Amino acid sequence: MLHAASLMLAFPLAGFGVLVFFGRRLGERISAIVGTVAIALSFVAAAVTFLGLMHETHRVFTQTLFNWIPVGSLQVKVALLVDPLSITMCLFITFVSALIHLYSAGYMHGDRDVTKFYVYLNLFVASMLVLVLGNNLLLTFVGWEGVGVCSYWLVSYYFDRDAAASAGKKAFVYNRIGDVGLLLAMFLIFSKVGSLDYLTIFSHTSAFSSLAVTMAVLALMLAAAGKSAQIPLFNWLPDAMEGPTPVSALIHAATMVTAGVYLLCRMNPLLALSPNARLVIAVIGGATAFVAATVATSQNDIKKVLAFSTVSQIGYMIMAVGSGAYVAAIFLMVCHAFYKALLFLGAGSVIHGLHEEQDIKRMGALRKLMPWTFITFLIGWLSIAGVPPFASFWSKGDVLDNVYRRYPALWVLGLVTALLTAYYMSRLFYLTFTGKARFSEVAPDGRPAIKTPHESPWTMRIPLVVLAVCTLGIGAIDLPWMHSVNLNHFLEPVFESRLYEPHESNALLVLLAAVDAVVAIIGVLVAWFLWRRTTERPALERSFFKNVWYWDAFYDTILGRPAQSFATFCHDVVDRKVIDGAVNGIAGVAVRGSRVLRRVQTGQVRQYALILLAGVVALLVFVLTRVL
Amino acid sequence: MSIAGSWYLVLAAILFGIGSLGLLIRRNVLVMFMCIELMLNAANLTFVTFSRVLGDIGGQAEVFFVLVVAAAEVVAGLGIVVAIFRRRSTAIADDISSMKG
Repeated sequence: MLHAASLMLAFPLAGFGVLVFFGRRLGERISAIVGTVAIALSFVAAAVTFLGLMHETHRVFTQTLFNWIPVGSLQVKVALLVDPLSITMCLFITFVSALIHLYSAGYMHGDRDVTKFYVYLNLFVASMLVLVLGNNLLLTFVGWEGVGVCSYWLVSYYFDRDAAASAGKKAFVYNRIGDVGLLLAMFLIFSKVGSLDYLTIFSHTSAFSSLAVTMAVLALMLAAAGKSAQIPLFNWLPDAMEGPTPVSALIHAATMVTAGVYLLCRMNPLLALSPNARLVIAVIGGATAFVAATVATSQNDIKKVLAFSTVSQIGYMIMAVGSGAYVAAIFLMVCHAFYKALLFLGAGSVIHGLHEEQDIKRMGALRKLMPWTFITFLIGWLSIAGVPPFASFWSKGDVLDNVYRRYPALWVLGLVTALLTAYYMSRLFYLTFTGKARFSEVAPDGRPAIKTPHESPWTMRIPLVVLAVCTLGIGAIDLPWMHSVNLNHFLEPVFESRLYEPHESNALLVLLAAVDAVVAIIGVLVAWFLWRRTTERPALERSFFKNVWYWDAFYDTILGRPAQSFATFCHDVVDRKVIDGAVNGIAGVAVRGSRVLRRVQTGQVRQYALILLAGVVALLVFVLTRVL
Repeated sequence: MSIAGSWYLVLAAILFGIGSLGLLIRRNVLVMFMCIELMLNAANLTFVTFSRVLGDIGGQAEVFFVLVVAAAEVVAGLGIVVAIFRRRSTAIADDISSMKG
């Protein structure tokens, strides 16, 4: 049954191949079916592999496919590492992706190049699976880059729109910076261990000095910051909203942003050796969670709010990793995959129904008009807000408990962020689904009223319903009083004794859970009082938060403008004066020289003859004077 | 009666001089062509003379090559002259200076 692991990769790749070569002939409908079925089959393969793994006691297997780079001491195989961590990732990646593929069939219907869209989507999922299943860092890097390039293609899918094109470039460049981190980590690890295989690295951790391991972990954190949108590289993710909504869902929920968290969890034996690096990771995660949450409170674009909430939630996961609570991070990641996909697809449904309107200030009263979207979004909202007994209450609670044990100061930050999360998600929910129907009025900036909001087609409703049902149930995979039989137990072979073991009394755990619940409910209620009827509260939507703490402006000032003026200098001085000057100078010398020499050419034949004769005479005279 | 070779050489030099002088001072292209022929034949005469004096048939053989080249040169040259004359109805060398740099 474990051999199904390679099928997991084969199906999306096959779908990609079919669509690349025959996509245009197959047409939109068949392309959508091929793309969706490929990922659905991949999920079946993942499920079969999972069931196979459940029966094993050891639960870590390597499946070698072929020898890839045999160069001296560098031996890299294309092999799949089938263990609880990779299979957990694969299960939710393929499941959520399959639903997003189905949803795209409805959302992208009638768009100009749906086949190409599915080509990218399939390759995206395939890359993510390579990233997760690779048994060595280099293969993970292949997937890592594949995910990066697919995100570039998909974010700038509407490449004729300026904003989309530059958002794609931004995502690409930010990811490149992160990739440097991963490359550096690989170099360092290879120089110490002489191998890039995960299992070999983990059995040779004694080869690292404490400085080397700290450097390696920090380099890995840089990589994770790029891919998972953490400070200081988080700015690309909100801009990535320029892509079609299913892409946002895919990037935010199933693929891409979870890669960084996965990488850090995968490398947990190294993290265990460097408490200092772990503290840095936890602080970055906590700070990102908080900053993104404050920003989300002031955004008006429905997708932007969700984007910043993703950054914030990933911040929680990174904070959990930094606290040594890897299972809590994975647990939150799985829950997040479901409810964030649900929320994004719900937002897509709203946008679709309102004919591409994304401003929540122009929504309202969609409760009656879009009942399916409303109910499913309600579940997603309560889940992310952390209201018991929904998913995030358990998963985020697990994270916060672990952070409380390790870094109490960060726990306070996490709690404030939880309050903000409940608040901004509720604001989004109330402004979108309750209150007055503001879309039926002409907008202040003159955009016309939207006449006919409609519920979405079945291809979009089915994924919403399935995700909503899953979101309701997903919190149960790691309930705190069942640690011995659930996710925690399943993942044990990966983390072994490196997990932070809870030593607190049950009373304290209950108290912490109660605090979480109270905070979440306060957030929801505050938003209810503030945003149920009112749409404008400038005091709560500061431009400082609207402009993302002026983070982009800061980068623009310290990096963008100097680079721009350097480029202008190169253009005006180096290129125009030095290089063009040299070329034009040589040409000028030739021109001026010829201008003098052209006088010789008079066009008079007899003159040429005279010169010729004079030459002959001169030669004769010369020869004769020598001879005689 | 045999005449000394030097007379022939002097005659050839005079012919060559007349030819080159004519080439320089005459303006009619046809006449200039005739002058060139004169110079070529002066050279031929020297070839033949030396051939006789030195008893080497090579010099006389060379003359045939010169005659062939001269004939070819005249064909090409006269063709050009005719073409120019058609276009400009003049055969004066000084009027034709379109190759002036």
